[in-house]
This record gives sequence, structure tokens and C-alpha cells, in this order.
Amino acid sequence: MASEPLIRFREVTKEFSRPDGKGTFVAVNRLSFEIEKGEIVAVLGKTGCGKSTMFNLLAGLIEPTSGMLDITGHDPFKEFDFFRGKIGIVFQNDRLMPWRSAIDNVVLGLEILDVKREQAEVVAQRWLARLGLSGHEHDYPHALSGGMRQRVSIARAFAVEPEILLCDEPFSSLDEMTARDLRAEFVRLVKQSNKTAVFITHHINEAMEIGDRILVFHRPARIAFEARMDREAGAEQRKTIEDKILKVLSIDMPAAIAPGVES
Amino acid sequence: MTFNPRVRQFFQASAGTLVLVAAWQIASYFFPHYLFPPVQDIFARTVRILVTWPELSQVLETAGRIFAGLTGAFILGSLLAIPIGRYPRIESYITPFLVFLQGIPALSWVIVAIIWFHGTEFRILFIMVITTLPAFTFQLLDSYRSMSKDLFEMTMSFRPSGWKLFRVLIVPTIVPGILTAWKINLGNAARVVVVAELVGATGGVGYELLRQQQLFDMAGALAWTIQLVLFVLVVQQVIVMIEKWLLRYRPISERAA
Repeated sequence: MASEPLIRFREVTKEFSRPDGKGTFVAVNRLSFEIEKGEIVAVLGKTGCGKSTMFNLLAGLIEPTSGMLDITGHDPFKEFDFFRGKIGIVFQNDRLMPWRSAIDNVVLGLEILDVKREQAEVVAQRWLARLGLSGHEHDYPHALSGGMRQRVSIARAFAVEPEILLCDEPFSSLDEMTARDLRAEFVRLVKQSNKTAVFITHHINEAMEIGDRILVFHRPARIAFEARMDREAGAEQRKTIEDKILKVLSIDMPAAIAPGVES
Repeated sequence: MTFNPRVRQFFQASAGTLVLVAAWQIASYFFPHYLFPPVQDIFARTVRILVTWPELSQVLETAGRIFAGLTGAFILGSLLAIPIGRYPRIESYITPFLVFLQGIPALSWVIVAIIWFHGTEFRILFIMVITTLPAFTFQLLDSYRSMSKDLFEMTMSFRPSGWKLFRVLIVPTIVPGILTAWKINLGNAARVVVVAELVGATGGVGYELLRQQQLFDMAGALAWTIQLVLFVLVVQQVIVMIEKWLLRYRPISERAA
């Protein structure tokens, strides 16, 4: 693995104004971590722990209140256009454009990158085929099942050949069998193309299946536990990590770090 | 006995009109013909207008004015609605003005246009645009605002330029609203154009209606009115066909079919 980190969070804090206008609340609190090229990092935490805020910071959709965040040395918020074609996002729901067929949805990112239509269609067709959607290229989203739609959205993110993939609980709305297939497919695709991925989830098993490394967040988004995963690890070793994660998650209280666990 | 659904739909849609035609015909037996001319006379006059070029050209002149007015209002409405949707602060400046415009009767605009402008065509264009502009703007603004936040964020994740965002997301989002706006404003425009032509033109359906009034010719007045109704019906059908094609991606429940 390369030694130079690709993504760097340094003491990043994000505060939002309260809806009633009285003060602010901290969604991300002095968050620091690094991600190396080719790594898949699973971010795990309870609902409302700030995972999505961290995700939006990474995507460049919101700006940190303080601290420094850089991806390949560039600020994703201030240098928003620099990351055109470099970051692919798979969202929690498929977010397919209903007026575009499956292939046209996959072509979207390439169209924005000014790739010629014929070339874009070839790329889109290839990705749809890799994700088992051959024969459905011209189907509209409403004619596809939930799993198929999510596959299209994965194809859309991969088609632009981004360096970094950000995934926000992309399989949470799917049935377990479909989700399991897609998880395996996702890891295979990321590893094959040597991409870097940040995968947000609130399922321990999913984090353990997908991540090379797991970051467990406590409110407000700060790392309470970190574990490196060995894909060849035996059941006992995995069980130990799972128990530790469970213990950390069970005591997610503001300003508290799980006692007796490595952090 | 079962009917083809389209045939059944046609009969259902025509039932009301047929009742009205029958009632009119009965009235023509009891009242003088200058008040209730027989249906066959009205029909004959209607057909005559359609097959006589000098008369048909009057109908086409009115149709042209309607299209010109609606196109102008649509372009201006889009130019207003999109900045308002994108920068909501502008809304507090523009919306009260549009609401004010909406409250002014078409006839008042006719008087204003006659005093302000010389050319007949420009007068009518001005009246058409100014009377349909607020509705176009509000309908387009509503469509813009109905844009999905999820789809917006997804599109933004690819970091599109302003033009690309407009083309790949904003236009497809507002297309249904645009079509609805055209359907609604078409009827309004047909009513307004007659008023404008009645007072300030030397040709068109409105002008012909004024002539029929001077001649006390009810059959003629109705035949010219029917031309306008037919025009609106035909254009509405064309818009519906365009709508069906453009929005073909929308799922239709078998129960709704």
C-alpha cells in the first residue's frame, strides 16, 4: 500500500446553526484520520453520529467550520471543479433520473465530462454488463427492481473511472441476499480497479465484509475505535473484532469513549 | 356489448356537447332565427370558413397571434422563473409585481396598448404577453421548485457546469410543468386574443366577431367562435401527444389505463 495518504482529515470540525437560531450544534468534532490509496474504509456508527456530515464534507458539498481536509492535496469544497470525474458517489437510494433509461443514467457522468456519446455508451454498456444488467439497458428505472436500480447507480459511479468512491449506505434498502451479492461485487470492482473507497454503513457485518479498515464513530463524529480487517481472518478473530465494535457502539454517549477498548 | 375504450371515451366526451346541440336545435324551433339559428346553418357557416381561404386565413391570423403571444410569455416567464428559483431573494421583488399584473383585466391592457403603441400586431403581442406572463412564470417556478433535492445532489456529485446542470437536470424536471403551463395558458390566450382583436385589430376571429355583431348574425358569430374552440382543441391534442411522448418514462398503473 502506498505510504502517501490520499485523504486527510486534520482536526476537522463542522458546526451547524440550530433550527431555532439559538446557537450551534457540533456534527463533527476535531476529526482526524487518513486514508491511503487503494484502501476501502468502512465508517460505522449509530444514526445521527455524523457519518453523513463527514460524507458531505468529503464530497465537497459542505465546508468545514475549522480544521483542514484535503484529497490529493486539494480542498474538495473550495476546489469543487478540480474533482470533476475524480470522485464517484453511490447514495443510499439509487437516485436514478426517471426520465433516463438504465444506459442513459450510466452515461450521465460521462456526458458531464464531455465524453463522446458513442464512447460513453460503450463504457456504460460494459459497466451494465459487469453488473449483470445486460438486456436491461433501455429499461426505465420504474421497470427495474430495487437491486437492479442500485446496480445501475453503482455502474453510474464506476463509469467515470473515479479515483475515489464515496458510498453512503448504498445497500441499506435492499434485501439481505441482494445486498450480500452487491457487497461482494463492490469489493471485487474496487480492488480490481485499485480505487479508494469510503463506505458508510450502520451494519457491523457489512463494515466487516467490505472494509480493509473500520472506523467506528461516536457522536459528534469522532473516532472511538479503529480496526484493520484481514480478509483471510478466521471466524474467531472476526468475532473478537465484532464484539469490540458492539461494545463501542453500545456506549455511544456524547463526550464518552468506551472504557477498556483501544481507540 | 363492449365498446373499444377509445370509442367509449369519445362518446363520453361528446355527450355534453350533443345535449347542448340538441337543446339549441329545439330552441331554434321556438325562437326567431336571429336569436337561435338552426344547427345546420351554424354548421354550414363553420364549414364555409374552413374551406374558404380568405376566411380561413383570418383564423390562422388569430392562431399566429396566440402562438406569438404564448411564445413571448413563455420565454419571458422562463427568464424570470429560473433566476427566482435559483436565487430566492429575487422573489420578494418580482412576485408582488407579477401578482399585481395578474389583477389587471385584459380589457385594461387593451386600452393601454391602444394608447401606447401604433402597430396593431405589436399591440396584440403586448396584450397577449402581459396577460399570460404571470401564469407562465408561476407555473414554471413551481416546476423548478419541485426539482428533487436527491437528484440535484446526485448531479452535483459529478460537478457539472451551469449549462450541463440546466440541460441534464433542470430542463427534464420542468418539462411537465412547461406542458401544463401551455395547456392552461392556451385557453386563456384564446379568450384574450379575441378581446384584443375585437377592439384593436382589422383582421382575425375577434374582428370577424365584431362584424357579425354589427350584422346581427348569430350563426356567423357562433361559427367564428367555433373556429377558435376547434383551434384550442386541436392544439390541446397536439400538446397531449407531445406530453405522452416526452413523459413516456412515467409508469402507468393497469388500473388507470
